Amino acid sequence: MQVTVEIYRQEAHSGASHFDTFVREVDPTDQILDVIMEIKDDVDGSLAFRKSCAHGVCGSDAMQINGMNRLACQTLIQDLKSDRIRIEPLKGMKVLRDLIVDMDPFFESLAKVKPYFIPKTTAPAAERKQTIEERARFDDTTKCIMCAACTTSCPSFWSNDNYLGPATLVKAHRFIFDSRDGGDRERLEVLDDRDGLWRCHSIYNCTDACPRDIEITKAIGDLKRYTVAQR
Amino acid sequence: MIHKFDAIVVGAGGAGLRCALELTEQNYNVAVVSKLYPVRSHTGAAQGGIGAALGSEEEDHPEWHMFDTVKGSDYLGDQDAIEILANEAVEAVMELEHFGLPFNRTKEGKIAQRPFGGHTRAFGEAPVKRACYAADRTGHMILHTLFEQCVKNKVRFFNEFYVLDLILKDDVCFGVIAYELATGELHVFQSKVVFLGTGGYGRVFSITSNAHALTGDGMAIAFRRGLPLEDMEFVQFHPTGLRKLGILVSEAARGEGGILRNREDLDNIGTGKDGFMAAVAPTVKDLAPRDMVSRAIYNEIKAGRGIMGTGDTGSDYIYLDLVHLGAKVINEKLPDISHFARKYLAVEPIKEPIPVQPTAHYAMGGLPTDNDGRVLKDAAANPVEGLYAAGEVACVSVHGANRLGTNSLVDIVVFGRRAARDMSRYLKDAEFEEIDADPEAFVAGEIDRLKNGSGNEKVADLRKEMQSVMMSKSGVYRTEENLEEARKTVLELRRRYQQVSVKDSSLYFNTELVEAIELGHLLDVAWTIAESALQRTESRGAHSRVDYPDRDDKQWLKHTFIRKLGDDKVEFDYKPVVITKFQPKPRVY
Repeated sequence: MQVTVEIYRQEAHSGASHFDTFVREVDPTDQILDVIMEIKDDVDGSLAFRKSCAHGVCGSDAMQINGMNRLACQTLIQDLKSDRIRIEPLKGMKVLRDLIVDMDPFFESLAKVKPYFIPKTTAPAAERKQTIEERARFDDTTKCIMCAACTTSCPSFWSNDNYLGPATLVKAHRFIFDSRDGGDRERLEVLDDRDGLWRCHSIYNCTDACPRDIEITKAIGDLKRYTVAQR
Repeated sequence: MIHKFDAIVVGAGGAGLRCALELTEQNYNVAVVSKLYPVRSHTGAAQGGIGAALGSEEEDHPEWHMFDTVKGSDYLGDQDAIEILANEAVEAVMELEHFGLPFNRTKEGKIAQRPFGGHTRAFGEAPVKRACYAADRTGHMILHTLFEQCVKNKVRFFNEFYVLDLILKDDVCFGVIAYELATGELHVFQSKVVFLGTGGYGRVFSITSNAHALTGDGMAIAFRRGLPLEDMEFVQFHPTGLRKLGILVSEAARGEGGILRNREDLDNIGTGKDGFMAAVAPTVKDLAPRDMVSRAIYNEIKAGRGIMGTGDTGSDYIYLDLVHLGAKVINEKLPDISHFARKYLAVEPIKEPIPVQPTAHYAMGGLPTDNDGRVLKDAAANPVEGLYAAGEVACVSVHGANRLGTNSLVDIVVFGRRAARDMSRYLKDAEFEEIDADPEAFVAGEIDRLKNGSGNEKVADLRKEMQSVMMSKSGVYRTEENLEEARKTVLELRRRYQQVSVKDSSLYFNTELVEAIELGHLLDVAWTIAESALQRTESRGAHSRVDYPDRDDKQWLKHTFIRKLGDDKVEFDYKPVVITKFQPKPRVY
C-alpha cells in the first residue's frame, strides 16, 4: 500500500522547522521505524532519529506518530488506520535535530527521587526474602524503559518544566512499594510537593502513551494515597 | 577537548556498569563513555534468566553448572574460567538482589528459578531449575538495577559519545578517542586504564536478535590497532527468533514447557506431546543447547518438514507451541514475548503456535582476555597493559564454541566485577602518560574521508550485501565453498567501502556518518568471522562444517587467534584450551 509520510525537520542550530513529505510503498505490517529507516537509506541520509533494539525494549525511538506518543519500532502501519502518517519529535522537550530531543533534563528529573534501592535492613548472606504478593505489588512499575513517552504526553509537564513528570513518579513507585526498600521518607520529601505528585491531575495521557502498558495514573494514585497516609 | 580520568569504561551495558560501579566503590575517578544512553543498552533485551546454582527450588551445585557450561561449549571453553563463572555466579546473583533487583520469588520468598537449555542436574541427568529470573525481562532488570546503583554512586556518564580508537603506546593503553554525536566534536579521554564493554556484532547478519547499535565496535577498533581476536568463527544462532524479524523469543518459553513442532506435527499443537526434538536430544528434548536446536530446525526445514514445506532455510520456519501452557503461565511468566508475538506477527500464543526461525544472537568470540579481564596481545597470553574487556566483546573463554542460555548475564556481572578488581590493583601503581600531540589524527582522517569523499557507494547497499552473504554463506551450516564466497564478498565490500561518501555535512547528530563508521566496523568483524570459519576444518558447537562434520580434538582443541596483517591479509595463531576437571567426550543430550 501507499502512504504519505510527513516528517518534522529541524536543523540543529537554526531552530527553524518544516515538514518534509515522502510518498512510500509499504506493507501494513511494517514498523514505522522500518519506514523512516528506509527513507533515510533511500532518499535522505540526513534524517536524524534515535533507534536501537527495534522491538520495544530499549526506549530509544519514542516520538509523536499521528499525534500520539509511541515507539516507532512498536507501531505498525496497520495500527494507524490511515494512509497519512505525521511524525514529530516528543513534545515539551528541546529539539536538537529533526526527531532527536534533549533527554538530559528527563534523566536529571529522575535523579531527584533517589531512583535506586535504599535497603531497609543490612544484607543477609543470601537474598532478602520477599513474598510473591509483595513482589507483585510493584511489578507493573518495574517494566518502565524510560522512553519518556508518558512524561512528554502530560499537559502538566508541558506547562511546567519543574514537574517531576510521570516517568519519575513511576520510578518512585517501583521503590516505595518494594517491601525491601526503606527510602520512603527521603523520597516523600520530594514527592509531596506542588512540583511533585500534586501536579498530576489524573488526565490519563501517560497511561495511554505508555508502550509497556504500565498503569501509570493508577501508580501515581497509589503514591498520592500513600503520601497522605504518611503525613 | 581533552578529559582526564583514572579509568574509562567504554559501553554502558551490564559489563560496563558493573565495572564502573565497582571502581567508584573503590573511589576511583571513572567515566562511562557510551554510544547510547545507558538504559538503551542491549543487556536490557535479555529475557529468560541468569544462571546460578542457588538451589532455591531443587538441588543444584556450581560444579554441575560448570560441567554443563563445559559440555555446552563443546569442550572449547577454558575450564579454569568456567569454574570461576559457575562459582562466582551464586555470589553475583545475591549481590544483584542486594542492589534491589526484583527477582521473581518462590513460595518461601527465595529467588525463583526455572529450567533452561543445556542446564542439567548431576552431569546431564535431567533439566534443572537454575535460571534466576524476573518475568521474561531479566536483562532489563539487571541493566536498570546496575544503572540505578551507578546513579547512586554519581558515576560520570558521557552519553552518545562513540568511541572510535584506543590510545596505545608500546602496547600500553592510555585512553580512547570518542566522537560526540550531538556536536561532531572529537574528544580525547586520557586515562590510566580502559575497560571495553561494547557488546557484540549481530548486525553483521540479516536476521538477528541484536539491536541496531551492535556493530562490533570494540572488536573492530582493537583489530585495527593490530590486536588479535579470538574464536571469531563461533557465532550463536538462537533457534527461536520471530519469523522474518529475528526478534528473540526467549528459551524461557521452552524452559516453561514450550515445544517445537514441524508440519507433520500440527495435530499435536496444544497437547503437550513431544515434538521433533525428542529424537534429537532424548534426555533434554526441547531444552537442548542452542546450536543443536538451530541445526535441528534447519534439518527439519531441509527435509521438507518446515511449516511451508519448501526446504528453503532462508524463508521457511517452524512452530513454537506454548498453547498447552495455558493463559496464566503465558501471561505471567512470558508476558513480553507474548506481546511480541501478538504485536509483530498477530499471533495469539495462548491459542496458536508462534512461527520461529534461527536468528543471529551472540558472539562467543571477541577480544581475548585472561580471567581478570586483561586483554591479551598474543596467543602466549601476554596482556596489553591498561586494557580490559568483559561481556560479549570479550572472549575469556567461558562460552567456547557455544554459549548456554543465561550465561551471558552471568558473564557480564562476574567478569565485569573481576576486571574492575584487577583494574583497582593496576591503578595503584599506574600513572598518566604523556600522549602524542594529535592522538585523534587517525579518527579525524577517517571521518574526513567519509564526509568529503567523492565516491558513490552507499552505506545501505553495502550493509545489505554484507548481511545477506554472511547469513546465507556463514550461518548455521557452513562449507568451504560458501565461506570462500563470504570471504571474497566481504573483501570486495571492504574495497568498495573506501568509496563510501556521506552526504550529510552537518556536525550535529550526523547519524548518516555514524552508520557509515558502524559499517566499517561490521565489515572488519565479518571479515574475521569468514576467515576464522574457513580455516577451522572441523565441526564444533555453533561452527558446523558440512564438509567436516566431526569434532576433531586432535587438531582443533584450541582457540583461534586472528590478527590483521594488511588490508586483505590476516595471520592465525592458536592457544591451547585449559582442561581441568572434564575431559572431552562426545556431546549427546
